[in-house]
Amino acid sequence: MFDGYTSSELMSIFAMQGFAGLSLFSVFVLMALGLAIIFGQMGVINMAHGEFMILGAYTTYLTSGFFQSYLPGLFGGYFFIAMILAFLICGALGALVEWLMIRHLYHRPLDTLLATWGLSLIMQQAYRSIFGAREVGVDLPEWMMGAIPVTEMVDLPINGLFVMVIALSVAVGVYLLMYRSGYGKKVRAVVQNRPMAEAVGINSAGIDRATFALGCGIAGIAGAAFTMIGSTGPSSGQAYIVDTFLVVVFGGAQSLIGTIVSAFGISQAQSTMEFFLSGSMAKVLTLLVVIGILMIRPEGLMALKVRR
Amino acid sequence: MDNTDKTAIGRPAGKGLGFRKSLMTLAASVVFAASTHAATPSTAEVNTTGLAVTDDTVTVGILHSITGTMAISEIGSVQAEKLAIDQINASGGVLGRQIEFVQEDGASDWPTFAEKTRKLLRQDNVAAIFGAWTSASRKAILPVIEQFNGMLYYPTFYEGLEQSPNVVYTGQEATQQILASIDWAVENKGAKTFYLLGSDYIWPRTSNKIARKHIDKLGLKVVGEEYYPLGHTQFNSVINKIKLRKPDVIFASVVGGSNVAFYKQMKAAGVDFTDEKPLLLTISVTEDEIRGIGGENVEGIYASMKYFQSLDNPNNKEFVAAFKKAYGDDMVIGDVTQAAYLGPWLWKAAVEKAGSFDIDKIREEFAGIEFDKAPEGYVRIHENHHLWSKTRIGQAQLDGQYKVVYETEELMEPDPFPEGYQ
Repeated sequence: MFDGYTSSELMSIFAMQGFAGLSLFSVFVLMALGLAIIFGQMGVINMAHGEFMILGAYTTYLTSGFFQSYLPGLFGGYFFIAMILAFLICGALGALVEWLMIRHLYHRPLDTLLATWGLSLIMQQAYRSIFGAREVGVDLPEWMMGAIPVTEMVDLPINGLFVMVIALSVAVGVYLLMYRSGYGKKVRAVVQNRPMAEAVGINSAGIDRATFALGCGIAGIAGAAFTMIGSTGPSSGQAYIVDTFLVVVFGGAQSLIGTIVSAFGISQAQSTMEFFLSGSMAKVLTLLVVIGILMIRPEGLMALKVRR
Repeated sequence: MDNTDKTAIGRPAGKGLGFRKSLMTLAASVVFAASTHAATPSTAEVNTTGLAVTDDTVTVGILHSITGTMAISEIGSVQAEKLAIDQINASGGVLGRQIEFVQEDGASDWPTFAEKTRKLLRQDNVAAIFGAWTSASRKAILPVIEQFNGMLYYPTFYEGLEQSPNVVYTGQEATQQILASIDWAVENKGAKTFYLLGSDYIWPRTSNKIARKHIDKLGLKVVGEEYYPLGHTQFNSVINKIKLRKPDVIFASVVGGSNVAFYKQMKAAGVDFTDEKPLLLTISVTEDEIRGIGGENVEGIYASMKYFQSLDNPNNKEFVAAFKKAYGDDMVIGDVTQAAYLGPWLWKAAVEKAGSFDIDKIREEFAGIEFDKAPEGYVRIHENHHLWSKTRIGQAQLDGQYKVVYETEELMEPDPFPEGYQ
């Protein structure tokens, strides 16, 4: 397939393909981190994860409308405000959902699956009633559109770079929170041994609520970021949920590093194969490889070693 | 119609006196009865199969998804069908009967479409069903509507390869949309190489098969053909491939949320469609979709459809004004919405030509039925139950509307089973 191309053309294509892989990687990381926290740390299968992301996207949509009408001068920077709002709103809703629903179901993990699936349907229909069934277009400030031309053939998409920066910041933030803060220590203690953690005085119910809210808040940030590359509609969240679970399960449910390694592996495999095969075939092969590896390592790539 | 007759004849009667008055009234009422009889034939006469027809109403069904993932596309069709029904009622109804409708929700779930069709036909005895959007939902309805002999008016442009005696296809089938657009790109834009890109299901695959055959026939080249799963949101790899192969034309049939991702990422990758290098020709992006994608992301692409909201003819101006009056000024109208609007009107024309609501009698009258008030211009039903219609090419503008740059001189013949293209 490379007949008739000069070596410089090939170099540029490979450079851009590498960039495509990295930007897919950052998308996966953003999608999966929130879920990894909820699923990995709490064992709750949150089927409404995609809908929380879309809540973040709608928050961005509303913020952009607000800035256009009332603060047009500051429109260029609205996106940062939108992301913070998305985090807060999704986190708050997450805490509410935990209090109303999830905390009653901790001992029935499969029921959380059904309950959160029901929640996702309710949220979708709520979006449809509030925002209409049609997708909404989120206006971006001028500086976030287009590409940086590096050479004649290589263009780096600005929104791709921006998603990478967000993914990196969120990942670093989560790492600091989980491994360098008192809260993180408590979360890890509760994950490893709940009764003992409670015995030493950790409020495990509070930790659960904060953790669920954090996961939902990160989903909100992801949703805000994805308005740049994807659609914002009542059922857009469905497009992300399968890939998200794939990344988290493949990485090993209880390991955040595993999630990141798995996001990297899957994104590179998929974008390389997409280049040489058709899109659908690439997806099929990726899934086959993941299933194969999970058969050998049912715990995922990075299993947490815990004495049971 | 009835009211004017009544007052015209009734007024002199009111001026009369005594015996003469009652005689006049009697005469008037006889004349009146005769005149209404001529306008609205008796129910027994126009309805021999037990449909929901009374002396002054007829009931039809509307069956679209108003919840679930397809609601985004189907709501425009529901609005158009209701608008058409309102307008028909305001102008006197069908065979003197006002149209009432029963609306059911297909909920984006194909078995639900089959079940609701059964309900509409068996329980509500509707005289016609306006509905369905995806081919999958139509295929689910098909066995039911054929079993109980109903009639479906289906608005979406689709892949063809179907011709049911119980369906009227008011959208274009694939050859009408595709052949003219490829000829246009070759003749007007000097296109020599094509890259075919679509979502992975029957409509894009069939469409691309037809496109590829036609391109081969013209002696030109397809340099790539790709399908992505529905809902796919990452198109960077294919964008790179397109940049590598440098096709003259990207022929796109990506649908749904993927569309938004695809065009946003093309734009972000530094592709400016207004340069037409490559030129993007789509058969799946209507004005409705552009609302979600954003005009700035698609400015300059070309679409091949039979209808654009910007069509400059008196029918369309009236239609757009009525639609906006009914549903708000920010409404946009896409190809399928217009095709859905044709459904009730074509049904009315067929019923009145047959002088009956009976499905079997209507069916015999379909071939040759014309509708010259169509927003898209003039349409005629072909004996294969599809419509003769013109194909037009529009170029997307920043404001999300299409500017029509080309239209076929003649009506395109619908050809759901194109020979040599399968």
